[in-house]
Amino acid sequence: MKSPLSGQWSVIGGRFGLRLLLLVGVLWGSFNGPVALNAQQNKPWEKIPVPKLHDFKPQEPKRIELKNGIVIFLQEDHELPFVSGGVLIPGGSRDEDPAKAGLVGLYGQAWRTSGTAKMDGDQLDDLLESKAAHIETAGDDDSTAVAWDSLKGDADQVFALALDLLLHPKFNPEKLQLAQQQEAAGIVRRNDEESGIADRESAKLVYGANSPYTRQPELASIGSVTVEDLKAWHDRTIGGKLIIGISGDFDPVAMEAKLRAAFEGLPTAKPEPPRNDAFPGPTPGLSFINKEDVNQSDVQIMGLGIDRHNPDVPALVVMDEILGSGFASRLFQKVRTELGLAYEVGGGFSFAYDHPAVFRVVVLTKSATTVEATKAAMGEIAGLNTRPFTQEELDRAKDNLLTSFLFRYDTPVKVLAERERLEFYGYPANYLETYKAALEKVTVADVTAMAKKYVHPEKLAVLVVGNGPEIKPGLDELNLGTPHPIDITIPMPKGPGGPTEKTQ
Amino acid sequence: MQSRVLLWFRNGVLPLTVAAMAFAGAQAQDLKSFEQRITTKVLPNGLTLIVCERHDAPVFSYTTFVDAGDVDDPSGESGLAHMFEHLAFKGTSQIGTTDYATEKVALEKVEAANDAYEAEYLKAVGRDEKKLAELKKAFLEAQAEAHKYVIPNQFTDVAERNGAEGLNAQTGMDETMFFWSMPENRLELWAWLESARLSDTVPREFYKERDVVVEERRMRTDSNPIGRLVEQFLATAYVAHNYGRSAIGWPSEVSQINATEAMEFHKKYYVGSNIVVSVVGDVKAAEVMPLLEKYFSKVPGGPKPEEMTTVEPKQFAEKSVTIREQTQPFYLEGYHRPDFHDPDDAVYDAIGDIMSNGRVSRLYRSLVRDQQIAAEAEGFSGFPGDKYPGLFAFYAVPLPGHTPDQMRDAIHKEIEKLKTVDVTDDELAMFKTRTRADLLRGLADNQGLSNSLAEYQTRYGDWRELFTQLDKVDKVTKADIRRVANKVFVAGNRTSAEIVTEAPAAAAKNDGGAQ
Repeated sequence: MKSPLSGQWSVIGGRFGLRLLLLVGVLWGSFNGPVALNAQQNKPWEKIPVPKLHDFKPQEPKRIELKNGIVIFLQEDHELPFVSGGVLIPGGSRDEDPAKAGLVGLYGQAWRTSGTAKMDGDQLDDLLESKAAHIETAGDDDSTAVAWDSLKGDADQVFALALDLLLHPKFNPEKLQLAQQQEAAGIVRRNDEESGIADRESAKLVYGANSPYTRQPELASIGSVTVEDLKAWHDRTIGGKLIIGISGDFDPVAMEAKLRAAFEGLPTAKPEPPRNDAFPGPTPGLSFINKEDVNQSDVQIMGLGIDRHNPDVPALVVMDEILGSGFASRLFQKVRTELGLAYEVGGGFSFAYDHPAVFRVVVLTKSATTVEATKAAMGEIAGLNTRPFTQEELDRAKDNLLTSFLFRYDTPVKVLAERERLEFYGYPANYLETYKAALEKVTVADVTAMAKKYVHPEKLAVLVVGNGPEIKPGLDELNLGTPHPIDITIPMPKGPGGPTEKTQ
Repeated sequence: MQSRVLLWFRNGVLPLTVAAMAFAGAQAQDLKSFEQRITTKVLPNGLTLIVCERHDAPVFSYTTFVDAGDVDDPSGESGLAHMFEHLAFKGTSQIGTTDYATEKVALEKVEAANDAYEAEYLKAVGRDEKKLAELKKAFLEAQAEAHKYVIPNQFTDVAERNGAEGLNAQTGMDETMFFWSMPENRLELWAWLESARLSDTVPREFYKERDVVVEERRMRTDSNPIGRLVEQFLATAYVAHNYGRSAIGWPSEVSQINATEAMEFHKKYYVGSNIVVSVVGDVKAAEVMPLLEKYFSKVPGGPKPEEMTTVEPKQFAEKSVTIREQTQPFYLEGYHRPDFHDPDDAVYDAIGDIMSNGRVSRLYRSLVRDQQIAAEAEGFSGFPGDKYPGLFAFYAVPLPGHTPDQMRDAIHKEIEKLKTVDVTDDELAMFKTRTRADLLRGLADNQGLSNSLAEYQTRYGDWRELFTQLDKVDKVTKADIRRVANKVFVAGNRTSAEIVTEAPAAAAKNDGGAQ
């Protein structure tokens, strides 16, 4: 909603913004397609000196492990007079009862808006906002969290309030109802935006509609959530291995003492039970969702990816750069620059920390060129196995990844976030260093082997969301079989409490 | 696919409020400390350079702020400023080409072929379809010929291989901005790239890129319910000023822009006096200023382009737009307000904050928490721009079972309260505290600070206004808020827009079951 109201137009779209920040693209230039007739004679930019980078050693946070298993990170940063903190709690929506899908989302809202016995959520709002301070809670697929920030002078008071909220919430039925209404508004609106439909349904093609990673909250499932459910969720997860991170302008000795006093008395942390999810990957073929109020198709080409424990990740990341990250990637060069068929095009493998993520290539093109653009994108995917990678492509991909690598740790807060992430998922603290070293060693042969091992065009699922009558030539020209229609009708519960308005 | 909570935890957006980033009020971030770290210089060509030293990590961020946006698109050429922004990524006479001298001749032929094709295409009477097909073929052939000399995306390739992070640009109604961050040892390389693209733009692959921009329009406007609504809303709210025009361009106009027009826009608006370049990071002003001067002196001089002189006439008729379609309901309304130079500018900020900022705001507490009719409700200022008189807008997202009419009535009730009863001391104090905090939060990272310095230097002629504006904020009174609300929030000054949900026609017939 903010985006169209902001009135800003950019050279690259938002969907791959984050990927571009972390993993910039590769020029593929003279390799294929638009062929340069003769080599460029003069490259003045190569004569510009690049001096040695100023010495820089990222500041590591202090790690403290309590006897009960809780881990604390302290990251001092005295530039500004403020303190911020957070507590990360294992367990998220993938662990909730499928009949109550949406519980963790409701919990993340109602936890903070309910408040505690000492101070309810509305009073918290008044107090914190008057100090320009914040305490917030949230729920996600594998975790929930409480986070806060304030001026240094208010830090003790805000910490005490956040701790009270963390350990002694008092869930309020009215605030749960408010959260349920807001969630319901999101559910009935979820078919309004084409990209929302495409992102959601394409993930279901990979994981299955009822997977813990894709099952969606429905009006009935959120309506069945009670205050007792929220309490039970809190009581279970608060006993897990909490990870606490504090950054900013504080005295480390006093802060450590304060955190020990607050958390040392908690019982020994219980580990989350291991998950045994099955990841069969998509059923190959073509699916279609008709949406007649658009003039552009959202095409998503989907497969199953891997997780970061896999030693193939560095070489696959380099292959991804060549395929679909940034201006110089094969997809961007072909579909956008050469053919002018899309503003937004790109994608590739993504990498989750504890389960296989997806392979996803997205192209948005006008209805009439749906088939042409899809074929072009599929051609680039297939080309990973048929058009040899060049040393030039490899060097560019590695330059892109490695020269910007320091933006992963150029502020103390980024270093802290990375350490928390690694701790949460049980990765070694030096993961970034070993990952970078592995990236540096990737060869053309490695990338070629990755394509052979992981890129299987015949196993991919293709989803098209678009305006059926406008898509000419039709989708049958893709030769992917009869398009399988997906029903996205929103189930509307009958009876009191359910929304009265008919929705599509 | 990493956890969204983890992202949110440190970097992301907290629900309803701002993420835990830097807050400051005391020593480190005041005006005095910035005056010691900031150096400015106006070059003979009129271009202003700003360098702000921050030595925490060996990186820098930059912003090129051009005082030209889609409000400046000539009549019949809506979307031109944005189209030119895309062109600025296509390289120069030295980068992106194998042989510029020959390419230049080929590009001139492309332009001539386009002119011939367009002349035939636009004939209202006697268009010769056979001739048109031949001209189109010739146009495509000329493009293919010019394309032989292109090294696609070489400009961005060099930037990305040298560590450019967050590389992008954006065009608003009022301005065009280019930006990225880089390791500090690439400063000279960046200066070469950036000064070259500002001064030596080549209309390379223009017509392919035009197709890309039209796809961008399809994505953001045509295929998006709110995008469609906003375009109609602005077109209705304005009768004379360019703020009412589609920023990305009306389809028939953006699809007909040619390279000659784009280069004329460049010649007029990309002159030194119309550009501010700021750099924030691990650089020493004394060392880098001579280097920046060397490169950015290449930008042509020339007079500051004249400002748009059309003034939107005073609105006296209430206007409304209704879109009926198979989309969930939505309500939006706007009132004309003066531009950012108006002495009451900070009063509008106060109204926006008190009405909309967080769970303490009036619209949240009234529509969302207490009446429970909306999922979200906010008011905000300066839409679609603030260089010229823009709109103060309110919107609300109805909960299931509630209508746009209810949103309108509830918003009007809150506006009425603003006009008749003073805001409380607490509300006013909160606005002032939070404004100070949010301003300083925005300065915490290099790119945010760079963007702000360049913007304030352009708009006020002095980056210090970024800090001194707080004096105006401190002076806002309860009486000011009532006075401004009574002046601006009146029916005759209002335009509203709503989406009314229409039942799907013959949905049962859809045997594909897709909907």
